[in-house]
Amino acid sequence: MTFDLEYFNIGYLDTLSYKTTFVHRLDPRIKILVSFTFILFVVSFPKYELSSLLPFFIYPVFLLTAGEIPFRAIAKKVLFISPFAIFIGIFNPLLDTSVIVKPFGVPVTGGWISFFTIILKFILTVSTALLLIAVTSFPGICEALERLRFPKIFVIQLLFLYRYLFVLLEESLRMIRAREARSFGKKGKEMKTFVRLISVLLIRSVERAERIYQAMVSRGFRGEIRVLKRHRLRYYDILFAIISISMFYLFRNFDIVNFIGNNLNRYMR
Amino acid sequence: MHMADALLSPAVGGAMWAGSLGMIIYCAKKLKEKMDEKMIPLMGVFGAFIFAGQMINFTIPMTGSSGHIGGGMLLAVLLGPYAAFLVIASVLTIQALFFADGGLLALGANIWNLGIYPCFIGFPLVYRAIVRKNASPKIITIASVLSVVIGLQLGAVSVIVETKLSGITELPFNTFLALMQPIHLAIGIIEGFITAGIIMYVRTLRPDIVNDLEGVKTLSSGASLKKILAVMAILAVITGGALSWFASTNPDGLEWAVEKIYGKPEVPERASPVKESLSKIQEKTAVLPDYSLPSKGKEEAQPSWPAGDTGTSISGVIGAIMVLGLVVLFGVGIKLMQKFRAKP
Repeated sequence: MTFDLEYFNIGYLDTLSYKTTFVHRLDPRIKILVSFTFILFVVSFPKYELSSLLPFFIYPVFLLTAGEIPFRAIAKKVLFISPFAIFIGIFNPLLDTSVIVKPFGVPVTGGWISFFTIILKFILTVSTALLLIAVTSFPGICEALERLRFPKIFVIQLLFLYRYLFVLLEESLRMIRAREARSFGKKGKEMKTFVRLISVLLIRSVERAERIYQAMVSRGFRGEIRVLKRHRLRYYDILFAIISISMFYLFRNFDIVNFIGNNLNRYMR
Repeated sequence: MHMADALLSPAVGGAMWAGSLGMIIYCAKKLKEKMDEKMIPLMGVFGAFIFAGQMINFTIPMTGSSGHIGGGMLLAVLLGPYAAFLVIASVLTIQALFFADGGLLALGANIWNLGIYPCFIGFPLVYRAIVRKNASPKIITIASVLSVVIGLQLGAVSVIVETKLSGITELPFNTFLALMQPIHLAIGIIEGFITAGIIMYVRTLRPDIVNDLEGVKTLSSGASLKKILAVMAILAVITGGALSWFASTNPDGLEWAVEKIYGKPEVPERASPVKESLSKIQEKTAVLPDYSLPSKGKEEAQPSWPAGDTGTSISGVIGAIMVLGLVVLFGVGIKLMQKFRAKP
């Protein structure tokens, strides 16, 4: 991915997260917990469970539509499927060649089923992670982490990291542009130049941190960031959690796909 | 080298989360004891620096392809192990959320694989054992290449062990190792040279930064190394115990899997305590006990979907299409509702 793409992607997800739909207004703690439970349920399926994973798409679809998130924004990123998952998964069809099902007489080996199970799990978990941040602002996530008893220091510096991410990204964008303007083709990308560029970026970052610290101290910083707006648990937060988790439970323990399929098949006959 | 949710079982993912979380809490406590608030913005800015630095690429010598830094060992050297571990954990958190690198469950494993080894093995046991005050460039280079390589190799082996324990891949351990190990060796050597280069360059330009930060570092590391190792050992035993317990209740392999394919075997597959207690609740609160909903619980005796049976395979396909259709309808329904509400 190019620099601009990555940079604007973070910025884009950030702007999306300040909408005010129903899912955006839910308590971040609830969203984190429900999404985490969702992922636990999804990955708990054994490796040959292709069809039982399908009903789980309802959760990302809910976040996407109710959160008014553009489908393309998420789909584009999910399609950049981690090469690692593919890399590991692609060996399954080669190594596991026993035929296990024959829909319409076409033999399908266990390896392909387990490969596509990995891909399906990947799409479900990755889109949920992206949608979580698209419907929850990052400060919201940090607030939730703090109230879920993550150490304060960790949460505060995470907030800092996020604030200065954009500043430093722009800084390195300027440096990259300057390097491109002064070099042809592959020149200027040698390790020697690179080490110097990075070092200068590092020094600038440290100097910035010093200035920030002085500015903060002069404004009364004592190792804590106070926020005015804090979320409170409301009844529909709890309702949302109960409904979603019981749905995941249902999908995990009752085979909806086969149930519908069997009944339809019988009905058609 | 980021671990992905799709390659983990809940037991392994949960155990890795527990280990990483324990380490985050431990590091935060350690930092709190000796820290001045100056460290907080410094840590945050360093985390942002890692992101910004990863945007700048370079040509890998002899290959012509381009790469970027990882930065784990650099952080450990500049910030000391405790602060560096928290920064690495934060960088990975942001990557998991915004770039979908790995995912939320795999985040625990990623923090472990990429944070623990550089901060608590590579740095204290290798780097600091070699580098003394006013070390020559040669010594710094040797130390950083060695420590980065060792850290990355341990991380790569952890990825393999986690994937194997989760029972997702068919790859045999040795083949897997042969695939992963050389790549990470090469990455490690290059990363090691770059780390050394940055440390030395910063030292010549702004010696006060390195000295300052080394001051912080000696405050927070050193005498308590034994304690770290003890904590690590305890965490390793707990994690290992939990993992082997799950692994043993988890008869992996083709035999039962093929036999019971789509039969939803009762075998405590990827047995998690959550699942067990859930199925207990399920038994007690079965809503439709007599109804023929194919419960995954008790029907191991009669495989509800025998292999190769065309009729039932077809109903599986029909069911799948129907469910997907319903999900899409659900989404369209919400969209329509929104439009409806927006109009008046």
